[in-house]
Order: sequence, then C-alpha cells, then structure tokens
Amino acid sequence: MKNYKNKSYKLTVFVVLLLTSLIFVQCIDDDDNGNVIDVISCNDGIQNGNEDGIDCGGSICSPCEDNQLNFDGNFVQEDFAGRPGVNIIFGITDLSKNNYNVSEVANRTIFQEDFQKVLENYYDIYAISLDIPVDELNYENNIFDWDAARFTTIMSNFDALQVTPNGPTTYYDATNNLVFTGRYLSDDVMGFTLTLMFGGADGIRFDGNNGTPQLTTDAVAPGDRDFTLSFPYLEVPLTLD
Amino acid sequence: MESDNFIFVNLNNYYKTMKKTKLLTIIGGFSLLMLSFIFMSLDHIDATNVVGTSSDIADFFAFEGDNPDNTVFVATIQGILAPGVVTENASFDENVLIEFNIDNTGDFIEDLVIQAIKRGDSIYFFGPVIPNRTGLESDVLTSAPNHIVQISTTEETFITNEDGMSFFAGPRRDPSYFDFNRFINIANGDAAPEGFYPPGESTDFFVGLNVLAIAVEVPNSLLGNAPQHILESQGTISGLPPAYNVWVSTKRKE
Repeated sequence: MKNYKNKSYKLTVFVVLLLTSLIFVQCIDDDDNGNVIDVISCNDGIQNGNEDGIDCGGSICSPCEDNQLNFDGNFVQEDFAGRPGVNIIFGITDLSKNNYNVSEVANRTIFQEDFQKVLENYYDIYAISLDIPVDELNYENNIFDWDAARFTTIMSNFDALQVTPNGPTTYYDATNNLVFTGRYLSDDVMGFTLTLMFGGADGIRFDGNNGTPQLTTDAVAPGDRDFTLSFPYLEVPLTLD
Repeated sequence: MESDNFIFVNLNNYYKTMKKTKLLTIIGGFSLLMLSFIFMSLDHIDATNVVGTSSDIADFFAFEGDNPDNTVFVATIQGILAPGVVTENASFDENVLIEFNIDNTGDFIEDLVIQAIKRGDSIYFFGPVIPNRTGLESDVLTSAPNHIVQISTTEETFITNEDGMSFFAGPRRDPSYFDFNRFINIANGDAAPEGFYPPGESTDFFVGLNVLAIAVEVPNSLLGNAPQHILESQGTISGLPPAYNVWVSTKRKE
C-alpha cells in the first residue's frame, strides 16, 4: 500500500487509465448504433435518439428540412392483398401465385380460368377419396347463385376489399343481406370463403353432417383475441412471459 | 405421409405445451424461431418470391372506424413473428413502400393512395393523394400532405392524431385466425374425405403469433364518393350500399 505514495507509480497508473479510456472511446466511435453514447448530440453526424434524420427532428434537435430525408426512387410492386386468402386458395402453381402478386388489380382476367380449375380440383380430390367419378362431384352454385365462372371471376378480376363509407362494415351478414361492405378484424372471412366454395345453394352442402366432408368451416374461432379496442384496434404483441 | 405439415402441427402443439408449463424462455424462443423459419419456407399466405421478406403482406382489413365518418385501413406484414426476440428484432424496411390503394370510381384502378415508408425510427405517411402513376410502379409522393408516427415497440405504443387522421406502425398480435395447417392438408389432398377438423380439434395457427402492422384512420371526406358496389353489377346482388374498392401493395425501391 505504501507504493501509492510513490509519484512515479501514480504516473504509471494515470497513463494506464488514460490509455484504457482511449480504448473505450475508440469502441464508442466504432459503435454508432446509439447503444453506447449516453448523450445524444444534434451535431454528431449520426441518427440517434429519436431523431427523424441525421441530427434533425425528434424531441431535441431542430426539425428536419424536407431535403434532409431522401424519398427518391422508383418503387416496384412485390406483394398485394385484396380479399383474404384469394391467392393461396385459388393460385394454381407457385409461379402463378408469384405472378398474381405482381399483376395489376385491373388486369387479372388471365387468372380466372386457372382459379376455376383449382376450384373444381378441390371437388375432384373428394370425389376420388369417396370413390365417386370426378365428373359426378362438382361445384354447385353457391348461396348467391354464382356459378363457378362467375364466382372465380369475382375472385380474380375484382380482387379488392369493398368498404362502405359510414358502414355498416361486414364481410357477410345474412340477416341484413349484406356482403363485402368491409372487413372487421373479427370477421370470419375464411369460413365465409369456404362456404362460398363448398356450401352450395343452401350454404351447408359439405358442412360435415350426413357423412359429408367438413369443408364449409375450419371450425376456428378468434379465441381470446380482443377486438373491442380503439385505434389502432390491434392488440399489443404477445410476449413469452 | 403429410410430412412437413405434420411437423408444423406438432411444433405448434409443442409451443402450446411450452406456454402451459412455462419452460425456459430461451427454449421457447428458439423453438418458435425454428417454427417460423420452417413455416416461412413453405408457401405461406403468399407466394414463394415474397415469403419471409420485408415486403410480405400477411393480411389486410378495411372497416368503419369508431368514428363512423372514418374508414380504417390495417395491413399486417412480415407474418409470422414468434413472440420474444423474433418480434423484438422485426423491423420495417426503408426500401419498401407500403401503399393503401383506393378506387372510388369502380374501375379497380387506384384513384387515391396512402403511402407509408420507414425513415429512421418513424413511418412517414403521404396522402390520401391522387397518384401521379397507377399500377405496378410508384414514387413517394412527397408533395402530398404528410404525417409522421414513431414506430411502436413491444413495450411502447405511439399514435399520431393529426388533421382528423390517426396513424400507427409497429408490432402487434396477429389478428388473423385460421386452421392453416389443415387447409394445406386439404389443398394437398391429405385431408380427404374428412375435411377440416371438428370444433375442439381444430388449431388456429396464428393464435400465438405476432405481425408488424400499419394502421391508418381517415375521414371519408378525404376519400371521395364511393362507387356502386361491384357485386351489384358482377354478383347480381341488389340493394348493396356503395363501396370503395381497396387493396394494399408493397413496392420495393429499384
């Protein structure tokens, strides 16, 4: 302990500490992700804290000028969603599904024929399993009296959600004769789509009763999801706790 | 053998069991990571080219807001995200433009768009605005009215309310529900002749999962008049109220 009183030893300790601190400073410079720097600066040349751009915006720095954020470029479509499940249910091949996603909504007539083939193919699968000739088990007009061509045309050529301003919103409401006036988070959209595909004129053709396959519903309910929340109407993410 | 799908179901059941017995978080996180990875390598709700990418749309919703004069648009992307580290690490892509499209004339060509794109820790929204181009390519319409919302985290929710509009972006519980595994069995011919499982035996694939979500609530006065409902002309159904035709697209910077 007496060595602490030695001036040269003190100097050595000081130098070692200085060098050590320089190492840490170097680490900070290498690691500009905002995790290490305690003090957010509006002139440190990086976007950190809650800055909207490099050294601008957020709660501390002056607002970003328009030209400080770059939105330039040509953006090309990669994915698309209108009505739920259309591509996965009716797409005939992976290639076709990829092509569907990068096609214009108003230019989808080329997909209708394949959609209709896929619809009939679901019936062929069940005909074979039930030992019925495939030409004797076919799609029958659904609850809206849509034949296979009309149904698949609506699915392919007009694939968007319809939403009625000032409501009422529903994907299907038999009581009030409403269909496709929007889609709530809670709407059983897949069940309704299956009913259009497999329900026939009364909506219960293949509902699992009387020895039929159960195809008009997947028998899944929303469970413990809460659909009563205000904006953004979605539940906080699940955690592992 | 139903092979791959059989594995998914078992993993899903394993996850449920794990939750009940509160196994170590790290094991749960790892198994879910594996689950999501394996599943995304299949043909999820989209096609092979976009599955597992930052532009992959999981689902889309449009409905009347709590304020009946408003319409709400919700897009979920990058599904499916396991709770924990996968969700915490999920992020929007600064090169992917998320675009809500509104057709208010009935020709299924967008008359208005609401664009959303990430910069820094925020999402910038532009519109509703008339696009200068329609169809498969867009540029960001920076001269349109714009609003900014800080991206929410698993811990904190940020909402911007301005000009009668509301904006949100961040991780949320997946609202979609479907026995997706069984549907794949059906599509592959592996579930004939039974079809779907009866209630109690069915499994909601998405019940324990998260997504990234974008939500916008817009006064209808900014969306124009709605056209005749498409099913009046194409579906031979009469008496339906006028309805916008709306869809969401993701577009990547070239």
